Formats: sequence, C-alpha cells, structure tokens
Amino acid sequence: MTEQQNKPSWQNLFIYLLAFSSGFCIMGIELLGGRILAPFFGSSVHIWGSIITVFMLSLSFGYLAGGKLSTQNASLKKYGFIFVLASITILPVAIWSTPIMEVIFLNVEDSRYGSLLACAALFFIPTIILGMISPYSVRLLVTDKDSSGQTAGKLYFVSTLGSALGTIITSFYFVLFFEVDNIIMVFSSVLGMLGVFAIFLNKSAKPLNVNAIGAVHE
Amino acid sequence: MNKFYISMLTFFCLLLGFTTSISAEVIHQERSLYRNILVDDKGDSRCLKFNVKSNKTNQSCLYKSDPQRLVFNYTKLLFSGLLLIEEPKNILIIGLGGGTMSNTLHQLYPKSIITNVEIDPAVVKVARQYFGFLENQNITSVIQDGRIFIKRAIIKKQKYDWIILDAFNGDYIPEHLLTQEFIQETKSLLNKDGVLSANTFSVSDLYAHESATYKSVFGHFFNVRNYKNSNRIILAANGKLPSLTLINQRVSALKDRLTPFGVDLEQVSNQMTSTSIEQDWPENTKILTDQFSPANLLNN
Repeated sequence: MTEQQNKPSWQNLFIYLLAFSSGFCIMGIELLGGRILAPFFGSSVHIWGSIITVFMLSLSFGYLAGGKLSTQNASLKKYGFIFVLASITILPVAIWSTPIMEVIFLNVEDSRYGSLLACAALFFIPTIILGMISPYSVRLLVTDKDSSGQTAGKLYFVSTLGSALGTIITSFYFVLFFEVDNIIMVFSSVLGMLGVFAIFLNKSAKPLNVNAIGAVHE
Repeated sequence: MNKFYISMLTFFCLLLGFTTSISAEVIHQERSLYRNILVDDKGDSRCLKFNVKSNKTNQSCLYKSDPQRLVFNYTKLLFSGLLLIEEPKNILIIGLGGGTMSNTLHQLYPKSIITNVEIDPAVVKVARQYFGFLENQNITSVIQDGRIFIKRAIIKKQKYDWIILDAFNGDYIPEHLLTQEFIQETKSLLNKDGVLSANTFSVSDLYAHESATYKSVFGHFFNVRNYKNSNRIILAANGKLPSLTLINQRVSALKDRLTPFGVDLEQVSNQMTSTSIEQDWPENTKILTDQFSPANLLNN
C-alpha cells in the first residue's frame, strides 16, 4: 500500500505508454519483415511461416528472461535500459539486412530454410529483448496480490492495442509514405528515446523512493 | 399495350435461353496455396480463372476448335518483342498462366530453349491438363518465385534473349516484382541484344510509378497498348531501340508466320509508342524500390 501511495501516478501512465509503444513497434517490425525478406526469399506463405515462428519463439524467450530479470531489484532505470538495448539491436535490420540476407541466400538453396535463417538472424535478438518488456512492466505496475491480475490485464490490453495499431498503421499508411529502412529507424529511435527518458525519470523519482523505503523501515 | 408486353416477354425468354445455352460450365476447380483456380468451358472457349467466376479474372483462354489462335489482346501485343530481336534462342517466361505463350513460341521457334517460371504448382498442373501446355527437352517449367529464380540465374550466369514478365493478375501484385532492383536484376540476365516484355497496368496510379521505374533502369522503352483494355506492354531493350525502318522490315518478314495465331503484327507495330516521343507521366514520379513498393495500395 505504501508503495502505491508513493509511486506517482504519472509514472504508471508512462509505463503504460512504453508498453504501448513496444507493442506498436514489435508488430510494425514483424510486418515489415515480410517486405524485407521478399527480394531474396519471395512472398510465398512460407515467408510468413518463418516470420511468425521466429517472432513467437523469441517473444516466448523474452517473456521468460524479462520475468527473471524483474526479480532482481526492478527499477524504472533497468526498464529503460531494456528499451535502449532493443533500440540498438533493431538497427542492424535497417543497416545490414541486405548483406546478411545475401550470405544466407548464397548458402541455403531452399527458400523456406533460407527465410527462416534470415529471419532468425535479423529478428531473433531484438524480439527477445522487446519480449522482456511485458513481464517487467507487470512487475513495475503491480502493487498488491489482489489487483495483480487486473494490472496484468490492463497491461496486455494496452500493449496488444499497440500491436494492433502498429500492424494496421504500418501496413496501410507507413509503407505508402516512407521507405522500409526509415520506418525501422524511426521505431528504433522512438524506443531508444523512451528508454533514455525512463532512465532520467528514474533519477528524478529516486529521492521519493528512498523516502518511501525509509518510511517503511521506520 | 398487350402486344408490347408479349414481345417483351418473348424477348426475355429468348435472352434467358440464350444466356443459359452459353453459360459457363466449370470443369475444374481447386484451391491452391495461392488462389482459387477455376477452369470453365463456355461455348468454344475454355478459360483459366483465378478466385472468382467473373469474366474480368480470365488469366488465359483458348478456342477449343482452334487452340493455336490466341484469344487475348495483350498476349498478341507481347509479340511486339519479336520486332526488337533477330531470333530469340533463349526465352524466359515468368508467370505461366495456361502456357499459351510458351506453346506459341515453341511453334514459331521449335529449336529455342524456353524456360517457364511459375510460383503455383497447381497452375502448372492445370495448364498441362486443360490447356495443352507442352513440355519437352526444349521447354521446361520451374516452380519458383520469379524473383528467386532470377537471383539464382544471375549466380549461374545464365543469359536470355527474351524475358517475358507476365506475373500479375488483376487482384494481387507481387510487389517485389515491380521494384527497380528487380528490373535491374532482370536486365542483367539479358544478352547484349536481349529484350524484356512486361505485361503491366495502364490504369491506376501504378502506371506512372511503374513507367518511371522501368525508365530508370532501361532508359527509353516502347509502350505497347491499345486503349480498349487496361493492359499495356512495356517493351525494353538491353541495347539500343531499333529504328522504325528496321521494325518495319521485321514486320514484313514475320507477319505471315504470325497470322495463324491471330496476331496482326502490322497492327501491333502501330500500337508501339516510344517514350522518347511520348512520355505520359510526370517527371518527378517516385521510383518503386525494395524499400518503397506499395504497389497494391497504388493500384486502387
């Protein structure tokens, strides 16, 4: 109870905003994956098989890792670092995707396994990191056992809504106005900026937290 | 007044009888990995259709009484390619349809090597079964995405005299087959004097983007079209475009050989316009690239 009283509500709103943005970016990137792979591996149904497999697999690992990480002194600062790391690991998709796919195309004849491998090379690591965000957000938002399910529900609502919007806006409008690499760069920058913002917010919020802990100990 | 009603009634009865007697009979239907495939017979014509039973979606048709006579105007326009080339010894066709183009070219040039690339195995099967698509030691079909085939062919250092791109049906455009990079890759498969014919769109916003993209790779090219329907052929050459005199020479040399197929080469040659004479899209049109190719959104 004390924790909830001391944690400013704008901080919770900020966490929801971050979860929304990560949901938006994950699906935006997933959708652009099809476009990125097409020149080398075609646009057949197996392309989507590869993309969805890789994204689901890495998200599942990400959930596990994020949950684990949240048990060790969870803070907004560490949360922000996850975003910064995601932002950095997305960059190779925009910068080196062509040479990476070229190597795989030359070495793997079968376009199914070629696309699976290319997808893993490009998206596995950033998506694991993006997957860590959801459980970590739950950790930062939950205040007591009774409302934990509701908090998790709200978080899934916000981040999945972000995913839905990321999918439709990217496929309906972004591709019509911008180049694929530029969209990826924007996703990366937004995540990075939000991460840095979270780290700074943590610093400014720190005195409050110290007081709170002090109060609890007294 | 009564007379009028009676005559109207008979008219409608006749109309009804007429339409049912020539109504289409679906002789084959299947759902492939990519689309619904329909083959229907209607009077003397047999047509391959994708997805819906409307006339607009005809992919390929033939006259059962005269299979070698071509039905579609755009197929006839494709033969303009022959006016830019001496004799195509190595031909690559992307997008099989009913195999009409392959069959016709084999009859014209029995010794030429023809490679057909089609993404959908079901289309190849239907072409063989219902449209007499012929394969022998000179004619092969490969089941692969056109872009992947071309990328692999570059690695194998293959060259073609004539590449025919016919991979677009009205409903969905494979966006990776419209980009500058793809056209560049295709061009690099052409022999020194090789020619590319692409069956594309003449309506919608896509027209300008596509034209600008082809021009960025090939320089000036020929637009081949009649304004009656929505197809146009882009006809581009790896080398220089031939002079009008040379084109006319080739018309006279070839036109009799094409008559049995229902192709009037003289008429086709009259429907060719060089973009150096008429460029009917804005100069600042955005080029389609692997980075920017919202082809399906632009085709509305």
